[in-house]
Amino acid sequence: MTVNDICKDIDAEVICGDTSKEFCGVYVGDLLSRAMSHVECGNLWVTIMSNVNVAAVATLTEPAAVILAEDVELQEDAFKGANENGITVLRSPLSAYEICVRLHEAAV
Amino acid sequence: MSEALKFHFDIDGSDFSSAGVASVMVKKKLRQLSYDPEVIRKVSIAMYEGEINMVIHACGGTADVEVSDEEITIILRDKGPGIPDVELAMQAGFSTAHDNIRNLGFGAGMGFPNMKKYTDYLNVDTVIGEGTTVTMKVKL
Repeated sequence: MTVNDICKDIDAEVICGDTSKEFCGVYVGDLLSRAMSHVECGNLWVTIMSNVNVAAVATLTEPAAVILAEDVELQEDAFKGANENGITVLRSPLSAYEICVRLHEAAV
Repeated sequence: MSEALKFHFDIDGSDFSSAGVASVMVKKKLRQLSYDPEVIRKVSIAMYEGEINMVIHACGGTADVEVSDEEITIILRDKGPGIPDVELAMQAGFSTAHDNIRNLGFGAGMGFPNMKKYTDYLNVDTVIGEGTTVTMKVKL
């Protein structure tokens, strides 16, 4: 399943990056040290953090996509960092919980 | 035996937006050299946590990474306030980060626990008022 396949399911818009990446598994969380050690390569990482440090953690952990919940706006330097490092970022108006429910329904 | 690879970084302590840059550079370098992804993951996590700690608590410092045939050694040096109780700092969930830092997503109290978990050797040499040197090794 690709990132593109679930965009509609979670009402997401693509902020940056390639959505043709295959993904496997989901991690939800906002504490960066937790994310750092739990986001697996190829995961979808659902968070409400949108600062530049998210781009750094994503660059190190390599999720297939970062999904920003609750329509939070990706900060400008984070956008730059994500673009430079090929990080795919989506944004959804849904809560992290609702995103997970929809992903589950989409058989993730 | 091939000559050890060495990298040196100055970690800017005034700028949170650049925190993690050294870790990202090391990761990219190790990736280019085709190291085992699990080794790269361990080094990335441990070094990132150390780098962030230096920015949060010590106004930055330096990072030296040495890659030999047997292991990757990361040495982080700062001239910060030192750590009064290293054992306490090692406990999962313990953090002295302020609210403004927590709002950025840091301060989970998982810095040292992650550094310990993802390395094969961790030593913390700290002197109150003088600074801290953290040495970590990941075996290849």
